[in-house]
Amino acid sequence: MNANSMIQLTVYIGLVLLLSWPLGLYIARIFMDEPKRWSSGGRVTRILHSVECGIYRLAGVDPQMEMDWVAYTVSLLVFNLLGAVLLYAILRLQEWLPLNPQHFQSVSPAMAFNTAVSFMTNTNWQSYSGETTLGMFAQMTGLTVQNFVSAATGLCIAIVLIRAFARESQKHLGNFWVDLTRATLYILLPISVLLAVLLMSQGVIQNFQGIKQVDLLHPVTVTMNHRPVRLTHQVLPMGPVASQEAIKQLGTNGGGYFNMNSAHPFENPTPLSDFLEMVAMLLLPAATCVAFGEMVGDRRQGWAILAAMTILFVVFATGGLIAEHGSNPELHGLPVTMQGSRLQSGGNMEGKEVRFGVTDSVLFNTTATATSTGAVNSTSDSYLPLGGLIPLWLMQLGEVVYGGIGSGFYGMMLFVLVAVFVAGLMVGRTPEYLGKKIETFDIKMVALGILVTPAIILVGTAVAVLIPHATNVLGNPGPHGFTEILYAFSSVANNNGSAMGGLTVTSTFYQVATGLAMLMGRFWFVLPVMALAGSLVMKKKIPPSLGTLPTHTPLFITLLIGTVLLVGALNFLPALSLGPLIEHFLIISTH
Amino acid sequence: MSEIDSKPKLTLSASFFMKAAMASFRKLDPRIQIRNPVMFVVYVGACLTTLLYFRSILTEGRAVSTSGFILATTIWLWLTVLFANFAEAVGEGQNRAQVETLRKARQDTPAKKIAEAKYGASFEVISSRNLKRNDLILVEAGDWIPGDGEAVAGLASIDESAITGESAPVIRGAGGDFDSVTGGTRVLSDWLIVRITADPGEAFLDRMIKMVEGAARQKTPNEIALTILLAAMTVIFLLVCATLLPFSVFSVRLMHHGHPVSITILVALLVCLIPTTIGALLSAIGIAGMGRMLRANVLATSGRAVEAAGDVDVLLLDKTGTITLGNRQATKFYPAGNVSEKDLADLAQLASIADQTPEGRSIVVLAKQYGIRERDLASLDARFIPFSASTRMSGVDLGVRQIRKGASDAIRKHVERQSGTFPDSVQEIVDFVARNGSTPIVVSDQSSVVGVIELKDIVKGGIKERFIQLRRMGIQTIMITGDNRLTAAAIAAEAGVDDFLAEATPEKKLELIRDIQARGKLVAMTGDGTNDAPALAQADVAVAMNSGTQVAKEAANLVDLDSNPTKLIEIVETGKQLLMTRGALTTFSIANDVAKYFAILPAAFSSIYPQLNALNIMDLSSPAHAVLSAVIFNALIIVALIPLALKGTKYRPIGAERVLRRFLWIYGVGGVILPFVGIKLIDLVLVGAHWL
Repeated sequence: MNANSMIQLTVYIGLVLLLSWPLGLYIARIFMDEPKRWSSGGRVTRILHSVECGIYRLAGVDPQMEMDWVAYTVSLLVFNLLGAVLLYAILRLQEWLPLNPQHFQSVSPAMAFNTAVSFMTNTNWQSYSGETTLGMFAQMTGLTVQNFVSAATGLCIAIVLIRAFARESQKHLGNFWVDLTRATLYILLPISVLLAVLLMSQGVIQNFQGIKQVDLLHPVTVTMNHRPVRLTHQVLPMGPVASQEAIKQLGTNGGGYFNMNSAHPFENPTPLSDFLEMVAMLLLPAATCVAFGEMVGDRRQGWAILAAMTILFVVFATGGLIAEHGSNPELHGLPVTMQGSRLQSGGNMEGKEVRFGVTDSVLFNTTATATSTGAVNSTSDSYLPLGGLIPLWLMQLGEVVYGGIGSGFYGMMLFVLVAVFVAGLMVGRTPEYLGKKIETFDIKMVALGILVTPAIILVGTAVAVLIPHATNVLGNPGPHGFTEILYAFSSVANNNGSAMGGLTVTSTFYQVATGLAMLMGRFWFVLPVMALAGSLVMKKKIPPSLGTLPTHTPLFITLLIGTVLLVGALNFLPALSLGPLIEHFLIISTH
Repeated sequence: MSEIDSKPKLTLSASFFMKAAMASFRKLDPRIQIRNPVMFVVYVGACLTTLLYFRSILTEGRAVSTSGFILATTIWLWLTVLFANFAEAVGEGQNRAQVETLRKARQDTPAKKIAEAKYGASFEVISSRNLKRNDLILVEAGDWIPGDGEAVAGLASIDESAITGESAPVIRGAGGDFDSVTGGTRVLSDWLIVRITADPGEAFLDRMIKMVEGAARQKTPNEIALTILLAAMTVIFLLVCATLLPFSVFSVRLMHHGHPVSITILVALLVCLIPTTIGALLSAIGIAGMGRMLRANVLATSGRAVEAAGDVDVLLLDKTGTITLGNRQATKFYPAGNVSEKDLADLAQLASIADQTPEGRSIVVLAKQYGIRERDLASLDARFIPFSASTRMSGVDLGVRQIRKGASDAIRKHVERQSGTFPDSVQEIVDFVARNGSTPIVVSDQSSVVGVIELKDIVKGGIKERFIQLRRMGIQTIMITGDNRLTAAAIAAEAGVDDFLAEATPEKKLELIRDIQARGKLVAMTGDGTNDAPALAQADVAVAMNSGTQVAKEAANLVDLDSNPTKLIEIVETGKQLLMTRGALTTFSIANDVAKYFAILPAAFSSIYPQLNALNIMDLSSPAHAVLSAVIFNALIIVALIPLALKGTKYRPIGAERVLRRFLWIYGVGGVILPFVGIKLIDLVLVGAHWL
């Protein structure tokens, strides 16, 4: 950790918090129930509003009709299911579809299933390499569409939970079609356009060329079939990258156009584009907290949640920076310097892009795993054990340190309710949050939600390590191999999609196992959350008294952070001790 | 709190603990164990390691140290289960002992049962318990009315202040709208024959006694919610421990040495991780809560009511008997015209000398301050004229000289009948006193009015401080009174309540409660009259006075045997304590797990990864000792916390934030640190004792 890291971290978090304030208020306005107000706005809003009304007319949706939690959930599930089926069809039928200049084959059933589920659940786990598997049509109409709507779906669920606290004594939680349309039209689309333009200014490509041949600056000779071959040019895959890159970051999706993801110069060419992509990841999850405070009529509540997330993020980022700026004990005694200087970043540079260095790599990686983006600009597999522990544990915490768009908020809410429940008991009242009593049914739903992801991770990893051909594909021996499997299941169960690398996941077992884990991780979590919202919205709001536990104070923020860390530690300390922790102890004990 | 503590403590003898110990073995029945999911897991784990032990001595006779370790772990697992049972048994035993004393101490109101509805007919005195519907009873001046009923003969003035809150006596008589009388009220003058209209059966009290003995105890809502959370944690930890087996098998394959973690260690780890501390003490806390209510002489019809008491936002308190002393007291003499204050005091004392009502006595007491001593009625040739419902005056005749006291209109009539005049100046005094929220009593000597006595509601000493305390607890107080607004406002200001409801009728009370509840608040109230019943039934926490009517008791969910309306404050505190104790122990239980990981994880994988000993920050002597120390600590902490579970954590009305901070330090941070110390100490003892 050096001055550069500290300045970057401060500027980064400061900018995100600064932007999330107006953006959060904007989100709150969009989801408050005043559609008429929109027609009187500026020209852009008027146009968007007429588009919105047009969509409703076309789809036959009555925007005034509100849904209870069951109707809302059914709409949401059906919409997502149909989306996944459509994506599956596009992938399976690719060879007959247009905009496929490289003439890629249709995707195999297992991979198509995995990919469809992956993009529908906002996971963006990629068991394929984009540039050698998918044509532009599949990328644009298949993946990018899901990048938008899976993010919008997450935001919808968060808004439903917010409404459950904001409203009282009624069943209605909003209209899914309206929320989905507004999330996409007013929030994701405009910011994506802006971001795409900014990224293009940095050199991110946006074209329909398919492939481009370029001459090598230094022709090389390689051995192919025991004969030397002289290579004078290379083939570069091209495509509409900037448009996908923007929503990939903004919607906390993380599925790259290229296999190299954000390490690829066409996706992430400069330090500035890197910074913009990092800001984009945190922006909406942070703004959701602000919107929450605004919508429930007590801004301090939103700031408290955001503060807890931010503190956790800074702690984890700092830990990662310290670990990766440290030296690799395995290289001691070799003629290698790991000291930082004016000409080199220093620290553990294995698996990192030289144009980013340790700080930008660690910050990007921490952000991508803290939010459920999972984009990478460096290889997690090459991090030092403790440096790699940070992203792994961040995912295992349940993607609540900012988390995915929407999902980070509603995931954190479950921890808030656990903290409120235990703390509420301790102050001698039936626990309540924002005036809503937390009763048996609510705790049942909270418990279900919190139980789901650790269960999937632990059981998934346990099954994988018992299956011989699932462990034969490990890239590394020893505890690092175990970490790779644990990382994979932690990533998919939490709908992150970050890949550590090193583990080959194209076998049918992994395609199916990770696919199922993504489905369960998303919807087994969403169902209790929606039921919880359905229960909370019907409750009366109790006005606070002196005996009510305040939930916006530093004490409560501390308690919330403690709850998240304690639950995360208790669930995963044994598994982590057999993975990154022991790997660390092994390395320091042998050197 | 203080009142509960000051009650005589139960004496717990050795035989009491023997009984509880016996009961803890009886509770090993799996049908009982399965009611508590956390402890049931321990129970199954103990069964499992017992089987493992027998297998180990049968198959691996040579590996003595292994079977010894399994045996030691097994013993402590069973002890963990037994300690939990013991905690519950002690709580139940305490309550049972309390109920016994309750049964013995129960008192009855004597009732004069007569054969026919005629004054002067012969009667037998029976216990109010044995009264049945349609029994006829006679009540005379000074008697308590033993049960609800209607007057069939006679006319009497009755002090209903305990029920209606109205200080002035009411007239009840046969026929018309004013024939219903309520149990627990007192006849002040004259007599009545009453037909009992309610069966005061035994069933009510018995039902409650059964409840507190624990047999019929049902889990309260918060207890169920907490059980669910604890069960969910148990499931997670079950998965954490179960998956460690394949993880360790795989690690052995990766490292090509060592052997997988043993089942015994996994069971030990599981038991240490699941929230056994709170799981073991959860039901004991609930039982002890009922017990604490009992010791405060409050019977709860359900644990739910006790728990709800902790959530109360608004407290409705009857003025009379709760905020003010039950009866008004003379506080000042206002002489008329040229009468001196001392002369008025003298005459007032004469008029009240034979008056045994509290008001009458208070006049005599006030007169003493003017140096007027009590006089002997006989030597004065005095004849006492008792209060009657028809004249609404009382006084004394000294020969032909009539001295009277009474309400101003009654005295006005009295003096005007003797061609005297009621001076305007006296009327002014009367109005002035009434405006102050007091009751004016006018004194006359023959045909002249000599002055006015001010009878005032006296606010109980210390009540103001209690309201301040309640406000700090976040509870709003509302005074309910039948008095007019002026009087009510004066007393409310003096007592320091937040609000008041004047000229309260049962309908108004009910409306007020519904109104408060509609705002999402929980209402507690006390009551004892039949006309309180609808309001009691509507209130979330309803405390009926034992002296109250049966209908009121049926409508309430708590009955105060002492008939002390300020008891509500104790009830609220007990309700809060229940929740706080559960919350504190849950936090403690979970916080404990951190140290247990540091003890058990390096031990569990010592053969695969000896380097994991870096996590052994307590420097425990051996893997076997580490596991055993954690298990022993886990069991002993249950025993150590039994007193806390039974007594409850202290409640201080210092605001939610400060309470939470305190508890997080003690049970959160303390809960993380304590087991590190405890496990290390146990390890040292094991080493010292050369165990294993």
